[in-house]
Amino acid sequence: MPVKTMREAINEALHQEMARDPRVIVLGEDVSGGAGGTSGQREAAGGVFGLTKGLLPRFGEARVIDTPISEAAIIGAANGAALAGLRPVAEIMFADFVGVCFDQILNQAAKFRYMFGPNAKAPLVIRMTMGAGMGAAAQHSQTLYPLFTAIPGLKVVIPSNAYDAKGLMIAAIRDDDPVIFLEHKMLYGESCEVPDEPYALPFGEASLVRAGDDVTIVAFARMVNFARAAADELAAEGIHCDVIDPRTTSPLDEDMILESVRATGRLVVVDESPPRCSLAADVAAMVAERAFGYLKAPVRQVTAPHTPVPFATDLESLYIPSPEKIVQAARATMASR
Amino acid sequence: MQLSREQLLRAFRSMVKIREFEERLHIENPKGEIPGFLHLYAGQEAVAVGLCEQLTERDYIISTHRGHGHCIAKGCDIPAMMLEIYGRAEGLCNGKGGSMHIADVTKGMMGANGIVGGGQPIAVGAAIACKMRGDGSVAASFTGDGAANQGTVFEAMNLAVVLQVPKVFVFEMNGYSEHTGGSYSTGAKDPVQRIRGFGIPVFEADGFDFFSVHDAVRQALEVSRNGGGPTAVYAQTTRYYGHFEGDPMLYRAPGEVERLRAENDCLQNFRARVTQAGLLAVDDLDEIETQIRALVEHSVSAAKAGRGHAPAELLTNVYASY
Ligand SMILES: Cc1ncc(C[n+]2csc(CCOP(=O)(O)OP(=O)(O)O)c2C)c(N)n1
Ligand SMILES: [Mg+2]
Repeated sequence: MPVKTMREAINEALHQEMARDPRVIVLGEDVSGGAGGTSGQREAAGGVFGLTKGLLPRFGEARVIDTPISEAAIIGAANGAALAGLRPVAEIMFADFVGVCFDQILNQAAKFRYMFGPNAKAPLVIRMTMGAGMGAAAQHSQTLYPLFTAIPGLKVVIPSNAYDAKGLMIAAIRDDDPVIFLEHKMLYGESCEVPDEPYALPFGEASLVRAGDDVTIVAFARMVNFARAAADELAAEGIHCDVIDPRTTSPLDEDMILESVRATGRLVVVDESPPRCSLAADVAAMVAERAFGYLKAPVRQVTAPHTPVPFATDLESLYIPSPEKIVQAARATMASR
Repeated sequence: MQLSREQLLRAFRSMVKIREFEERLHIENPKGEIPGFLHLYAGQEAVAVGLCEQLTERDYIISTHRGHGHCIAKGCDIPAMMLEIYGRAEGLCNGKGGSMHIADVTKGMMGANGIVGGGQPIAVGAAIACKMRGDGSVAASFTGDGAANQGTVFEAMNLAVVLQVPKVFVFEMNGYSEHTGGSYSTGAKDPVQRIRGFGIPVFEADGFDFFSVHDAVRQALEVSRNGGGPTAVYAQTTRYYGHFEGDPMLYRAPGEVERLRAENDCLQNFRARVTQAGLLAVDDLDEIETQIRALVEHSVSAAKAGRGHAPAELLTNVYASY
């Protein structure tokens, strides 16, 4: 099977869905680039991270829309286009910029169907780049999925690898609800086997990345890689872990998490976001409520601290949860009883 | 208006500081010691300096992602800025902000800003404070071709007019927003007219010419400092480097930057103007360049040798109290 980066896999999903369904449009800042430039080269960017490359030459300006820097109008327009029967894939370049257009997500997209009834459909996808690790500092590094996950009416996808990213992007475009699709910038270059043909992966189905009887580790997005590395290290000392990647945080595959915790009795949740109202807290609360009797040790949360993302490399690497911290947390759960 | 010898030397010094700082970063960045994104200001010096030479520490500016030039022009300490860009603990913002978030509020420099369109409303608020103080101070914000289409900028312009606050909107049009030409994303045929439509008087300037910017700013400040409400300065300029360091600039015609550098460089224009008029000697100008090069050299070595953080520093300055 061909090996592709997450960047290539998402790009392929966009190509395939645009080819399959003429209602799919892509819009955002520099999704093509080059408009109004002096070189005459139209696709001068293809997205600042290259995710939308090749779409403009193939599908044309009517369906691949470069916008001014106007996030509220981008998402508002995507909302309206979706209500009117198109399937927009809008890009917010960095998830942090969502502050500029939050109303269109929080009060509009998320609520259309509930407020208007079942005739209203808003089948839009909002793609955003997220995550720390590039020294991009406080306004370009946040992992905001807890914010979106907390909003009823939104579906939230956070792929951890290229294979999942392609299948989940295709599912997101075909889905009839608004989907927030968060791409971790440190994963764009990571590759794995990805089939050429289109395929959709269902929302709300976690993936069991690694199986073990001692500790359940639930990790999100980039943290899945870290959890896997931690599990390797732990296995060498005889501690075997289930590593669960929920893949979507809304809906969340509670069953797989609960089933695993019932078997292991120990839970570590790894979340790159700050701890308050995080996915780590969410999963920990769910397990405390529904599998309390099975727990052999307190649940451990490995998260970023309650701070913005620092710029300096030394501080940023302290900020981001590390495989080492996951190992320590897992060991701690083994130490209780 | 004729500037004094001291004023001319100061202005040139400030422009050279920016140029040398940015040119050096362009050389240093590929070495891999600088975290994150760098958006260089080289080419646009006349705009920042044309404004800031006429501001005092009581006046405020709010910058953009392309902030180094604004910071330097407003008097931020160069070695401390360099330490910041290298992410050092002794940096101007303790290494926590970096290139895109340099600030020195003690100097009225209220931050570079990573959010396009984030600064303009903030500057309106600072202008409210200026108005309440009644000391003739102003707040200025910088807005690029791209940012000029952000809704927050429109809201800020309208609010500033409604409140009649002393706010100078500096439009700094370098022709591009990221990989897109400025003309593509602005629907209005006449963007200056669009600003006037808000009720803001606009003073147009040639951003390649320090004296033109200086003159436009002088007129704007005359209005805004004296109770006349918000004003705008609108300057065409160019940037010499990519949107960010590493940008291959596929959207720009080959040779465009080289031609602008050769034919319409704001520092060369300044040199020619003051030497031909006999206002400053070539030696005066060369001497400044030599001094600034040494300052930048020293700043880079100090930044490279700068102190890392104690782990506890990750948690400081989230709040004033908690
Ligand atoms: C809200 C927001 N949207 C998008 C961006 C990404 N971005 C950073 S700079 C930039 C272009 C800005 O162009 P302009 O205002 O002309 O300033 P210039 O870069 O030319 O100085 C864009 C799109 C951002 N930082 N913030
Ligand atoms: Mg610009």
